[in-house]
Amino acid sequence: MELFENLALGLQTALSPENLLYCFIGVVLGTAVGVLPGIGPTATIALLLPITFTLEPVTALIMLAGIYYGAQYGGSTTAILINLPGETSAAVTAIDGHEMAKKGRAGPALATAAIGSFIAGTVATLVLVLFAPPLAGVALTFGSAEFFSLVVLGLIASVTLARGSTVKALAMIVLGLLFGTIGQDLYSGTPRFTFGVRELFEGINFVSVAVGLFGVAEILRNLEDEKTRHVVTKAITNLWPTREDFRRIAAPIARGTVLGSALGILPGAGHVLASFGAYSIEKRLSKHPEEFGHGTIEAVASPESANNAAAQTSFIPLLTLGLPAHPVMALMLGAFVIHGIAPGPQVIEQEPELFWGLIVSMWIGNLFLVMLNLPLIGIWVRLLTIPYKILFPAIIAFASIGTISLGLNPWHVFAIAFFGLLGYFLIKLGCEPAPLLLGFVLGPLLEDHLRRALIISRGDLSTFVNRPISAVLLAMAVAAIFIAVLPKIRRQREVVFADADEP
Amino acid sequence: MPAVRRALKDILAGAIFIAFGLAFAIGALGYEVGSPLNMGPGYVPLALGIVLMGLGGLIIVKGFIAGEGEPIGDVDWRAVVLITASLLFFGITVRGLGVVVSLFIATLMAAMARSATSIREALLIAAGLTVLSILIFIVALQLRLPVIGPWIPV
Repeated sequence: MELFENLALGLQTALSPENLLYCFIGVVLGTAVGVLPGIGPTATIALLLPITFTLEPVTALIMLAGIYYGAQYGGSTTAILINLPGETSAAVTAIDGHEMAKKGRAGPALATAAIGSFIAGTVATLVLVLFAPPLAGVALTFGSAEFFSLVVLGLIASVTLARGSTVKALAMIVLGLLFGTIGQDLYSGTPRFTFGVRELFEGINFVSVAVGLFGVAEILRNLEDEKTRHVVTKAITNLWPTREDFRRIAAPIARGTVLGSALGILPGAGHVLASFGAYSIEKRLSKHPEEFGHGTIEAVASPESANNAAAQTSFIPLLTLGLPAHPVMALMLGAFVIHGIAPGPQVIEQEPELFWGLIVSMWIGNLFLVMLNLPLIGIWVRLLTIPYKILFPAIIAFASIGTISLGLNPWHVFAIAFFGLLGYFLIKLGCEPAPLLLGFVLGPLLEDHLRRALIISRGDLSTFVNRPISAVLLAMAVAAIFIAVLPKIRRQREVVFADADEP
Repeated sequence: MPAVRRALKDILAGAIFIAFGLAFAIGALGYEVGSPLNMGPGYVPLALGIVLMGLGGLIIVKGFIAGEGEPIGDVDWRAVVLITASLLFFGITVRGLGVVVSLFIATLMAAMARSATSIREALLIAAGLTVLSILIFIVALQLRLPVIGPWIPV
């Protein structure tokens, strides 16, 4: 069986002492930073990215993936203990998880999240193993026209699945695409929008954009009004769920895993949708829906599994199509590029060790997470007590020093300030920052495929609709826009998101 | 002017997008635009700039039709100015002053962005973070950064 050979290769790569060590470091660092309140997975990864640049590509990506699900997991710990979710997908866990914590059942809530995440992660990794190669096989037949249409579809779909105004999100994408054009034009070598500044010829660094939009803008928002935090630390004595708890969480974990694995593949807020969706499904299936919102263990188990499964399967579009499903994957794409690997269908063939090693390491990373988080919960709780007045200058310090280390280019630091301010004001005006980052990362790719496709078709724009696969992809993009603006579906979307906003 | 107040958020957002679209489009005209067959460096930015202006206009129009009218909320200008200044200062001076001095002053400014933090506290935070950063980035990760810069005579 080819599959087993591949997995064996992956195991061999992932189990090398060096990779194992960095996977472990990644998971620990990710959890530690993810636990810190007021900083979500995107900012965490952007802050920690520079550390990985000196490593071998495989090792760096394994470590980054570890940081990612560590951060994801750390976020739910924060959500349960202080009801301050680092990002939207943990918001659902916060509802009942925090209620459980207030009732003195923080231990079982944390354990449920850990067990659910591990099972979901294991299943989703299998999904990745089974579905990624065939999908990449299809994508290998794609030409530039198809890739252009695919990127367009990916960008537009990411908007329609997010919350908030669709037009504003589209504008954010286009703004991101425009910022992506800054720097030297690949075809003519002309420096664009650089104002003669040599340091800008290489373009704006994606780490700066991410740290600015997701780190600095968030700090400015938090400083507006500091919320008093209510940390539940006293009650974590009995960690292990009871037999009754296990009986109750088995089915929700299974349902959450299936839903999350499926939705994670979608571009945009697939993992957010998955956890919200899982919550509503459990509420509908429950015999005691009135208990939801008051500390029901099912309401922690299912969304948390869905969230983690989706986090894992969202690697599928990145690894097979080179298309990031959400901002974190956009950062992963940037990391691939920095290491000289263009993510896409050719990765499986050309870099089998990297591909399979990364996948196997995800499962190992999940194992580390369970082993780490439950025994070390005391340390994570201590991290929660770090006051914000120390935390936010630390974020600024690490962001500055991390980005300056990418080649001693002060413009990388200036860019953080610029995107921090821009992000802050745009968020205040109702624009979500995620589409801008996706547009920024995909901009050069989109332009390259557009220009190449048109050179091949001798300048004939109809090439995008004459080629069947490209036409289907574009039609799906158009359909996605219509779906997003249709009033009925819009309202339902609001309901799905609003469900979780209720305290 | 209730209509303007209701649409204020959208008017401002739209204006920002139009301004950026216009700036990029005008800038793009300075480069060779070319044709679809042979696109110059200005083609894509020009097209995107025009699209962005259109979307900005659409946001404003939509604001007048169905503005949510939520207040924008106060801006903490002290935080905005100090955080921005902190980053700019670090970027400008790190090569000259070196990490120790530059980072200390930058984090001091950042710490002061929170109005409830006293100067004493801010000094302690800045000193602690500078030491921590040196330990993590210079000692442990061995990043090649100037610890003490040429502007400081030793």
